Amino acid sequence: MSTPAILQLGLFLLVLLVLAWPLSSWITRIMQGENPGPLRLLAPLEKLLYRLAGIRQDEEMGWKSYAVSLLVFNLLGVLAVYGLQRLQGVLPFNPQAMAAVTPDSSFNTAISFVTNTNWQGYGGETTMSYLTQMLGLTVQNFLSAATGAAVVIALIRGFARHSSARIGNFWVDVTRFTAYILLPLSLVFALALTQQGVIQNLLPYQTAHTVEVTHFQQPKLDAKGNPVNGKDGKPVMLDSQTQQQTLPMGPVASQEAIKMLGTNGGGFFNANSAHPYENPTPLSNFLQDLAIFLIPAALCFVFGRMVGDRRQGWAILAAMLVMFATAVVVETSAEQAGVPQLSAMGVDQQASSLQAGGNMEGKESRFGIIDTALFTVITTSASCGAVTAMHDSLTPIGGLVPTFLMQLGEVVFGGVGSGLYGMLVFAILAVFIAGLMVGRTPEYLGKKIETYEMKMTAITILVTPILVLVLTAIAVSVDAGKAGIANPGAHGFSEILYAFTSAANNNGSAFAGLSANTPFYNIMTGIAMFFGRFLMIVPILAIAGSLSAKKRLAVNSGTLPTHGPLFVVLLIGTVLLVGALNYVPALALGPVVEQLQMVSGH
Amino acid sequence: MLKTLRPALLLFAILSLLTGLAYPLLTTALAQALFPQQANGSLIEKDGRIIGSRLIGQNFSADKYFWGRPSATSPMAYNAGNSGGSNLGPTNKAQLDAVKANLDHLRQAHPTQTATVPVDLVTASASGLDPEISLAAAYYQLERVAHARGMPLARLHQLVDDHIIGETFGLLGEPRVNVLELNLALDAVK
Repeated sequence: MSTPAILQLGLFLLVLLVLAWPLSSWITRIMQGENPGPLRLLAPLEKLLYRLAGIRQDEEMGWKSYAVSLLVFNLLGVLAVYGLQRLQGVLPFNPQAMAAVTPDSSFNTAISFVTNTNWQGYGGETTMSYLTQMLGLTVQNFLSAATGAAVVIALIRGFARHSSARIGNFWVDVTRFTAYILLPLSLVFALALTQQGVIQNLLPYQTAHTVEVTHFQQPKLDAKGNPVNGKDGKPVMLDSQTQQQTLPMGPVASQEAIKMLGTNGGGFFNANSAHPYENPTPLSNFLQDLAIFLIPAALCFVFGRMVGDRRQGWAILAAMLVMFATAVVVETSAEQAGVPQLSAMGVDQQASSLQAGGNMEGKESRFGIIDTALFTVITTSASCGAVTAMHDSLTPIGGLVPTFLMQLGEVVFGGVGSGLYGMLVFAILAVFIAGLMVGRTPEYLGKKIETYEMKMTAITILVTPILVLVLTAIAVSVDAGKAGIANPGAHGFSEILYAFTSAANNNGSAFAGLSANTPFYNIMTGIAMFFGRFLMIVPILAIAGSLSAKKRLAVNSGTLPTHGPLFVVLLIGTVLLVGALNYVPALALGPVVEQLQMVSGH
Repeated sequence: MLKTLRPALLLFAILSLLTGLAYPLLTTALAQALFPQQANGSLIEKDGRIIGSRLIGQNFSADKYFWGRPSATSPMAYNAGNSGGSNLGPTNKAQLDAVKANLDHLRQAHPTQTATVPVDLVTASASGLDPEISLAAAYYQLERVAHARGMPLARLHQLVDDHIIGETFGLLGEPRVNVLELNLALDAVK
């Protein structure tokens, strides 16, 4: 890894921590029901909203009501996003006259955005009306992030409280996180992005009259618009030319801002954050890097503040930082090394003052290798899934790193809320393992960890590997699954493994060569996303309820300290061990084989 | 259940209007007031009509122009209506064939060029709309463009150097040249 890459990583972490610390203070106060500063003026409005909706602001819920409210709220989201896509043809804000989306794709996209996955089987600029983008997708970018945050706040309350059956009010948590945290951050970030060149308008697509005429071939169509096949069975191609370029428009910056801050990752355009209208400059890219990690990092500090011991938050954050920085080093080195076959042909992949060099297939000139590798690790450490590069064209090791980061369960920063609640479950597992080793009843933050918590922990840790491995096995065994593969050999297996890894862990990025907009993949990834999200959330709320009801034990000489380097190492070891045990065989069949093929020249 | 449904429906409706209409429309109003040029696509106009966007690459193939990166959009290169990359893996034969074809084409067009070919000139960008190329890629094409335009090499070199976009804060991103802006500047040279 080169010096500029190290400097950029250092700058990124420094700015991140400087921003996350004050934000954590704000989040803590908001989620504990305070109305700091200007929010005092909004308090009456908030009260009015609750009265309209029939919500008793001060009435807290047990974990079961909390879970039911959350599920009903999210199911409404699925229905709304599905309905908007199916009806967009007759609804307003549709200057390009986009037709209704197919039922299976609408189903997939609805689940995808509600579960904070933002897997996209469609290309935005060719599929979605502005209304669907705003009132369907942007809304879920907010609400899915707020849902994740609500769950982690409920879990933290479980640790912080004692002898109580209540974990908070879901309606109040979601409303306050959306209105007082996500909205103001998004508005400021959206304007910063616009200043850099991200578009924000409601205009129809513009037509540019280009400098040169472009010659190309396109299939000959019959009167019904179907391609005509020649005698050889292949489509007949016609020589065509154009001197026009369609420039897509739309309310992009507003969606881009919450896409990053909410760790959603669903692009307005097909090329996502590689598209110059979504991510025009190295500075906009750096701001997007920060936006992805900002809330997940701040939530670690919120955890420390709410349990009354800031060192606990630092310990969790330290474990995340170590795994993250290691991944950046491996990713950057792999992509800077490039592809030996290209050098053999006489292509210059050497980094110099004149070029980024390295593996530039599927990457953008303004980002080169360093910025792209950093973004790639950030977006897959967090469950964001936005991309500045086409991950399908990464080198084998360059593709293994993001795959494995997702397979760790999206706990290295992870999604808004979901990253920290996933990591806290691993912390419970870590103290359990440590307790077994020394023969003591495990406890974490003064709460005894017993059979019930361990059962729930086992469910949350095992649900995603089961989904990923079983669904991958099905997809590579049936024709409908194999039909989607774009690249042959080991890489084709990696495409399918990546797809289900991304879906079940709610990341949303893809090895996009895979033709995933088919009924088979739309339904299978839909299942993975839904259960990967809610089969974790419900047991975690159960843990929250159970912990909240327990008494707090006093610290004594036999208590394992959970704020020091020993615990950080134990936590990292637990995360890596579980990930490796689950996935090493699958990874060996995909990226590992491909790496061996690449370096041996086959 | 009914006790849950009412708050769920009303809260969902109100938060949807707030985040799905009020927020994007307010952002649009502010963006249009503060940064109208950027908010509308950084368009370049000439004689009253749009000839492109500073941020979106165009296809160039004539000898008198600098060429951008290969674009994998369909059905034509640099189709801004349908962004995307090739998604070809590094060990896929189709990828190696595509690079080989790009290499052959470049070498044929630059018979006097002895330098190795910069990697960005033979690999497709992620968006298919990359507006920029590396400095190495621009310098690689100097002789061909100078020859086609009958322009002194030193003068063309200077023009390219005038169009270099450096790293932000000396650290972020890569030094590069915007192909459309460079070519428009070339056409403007008397």
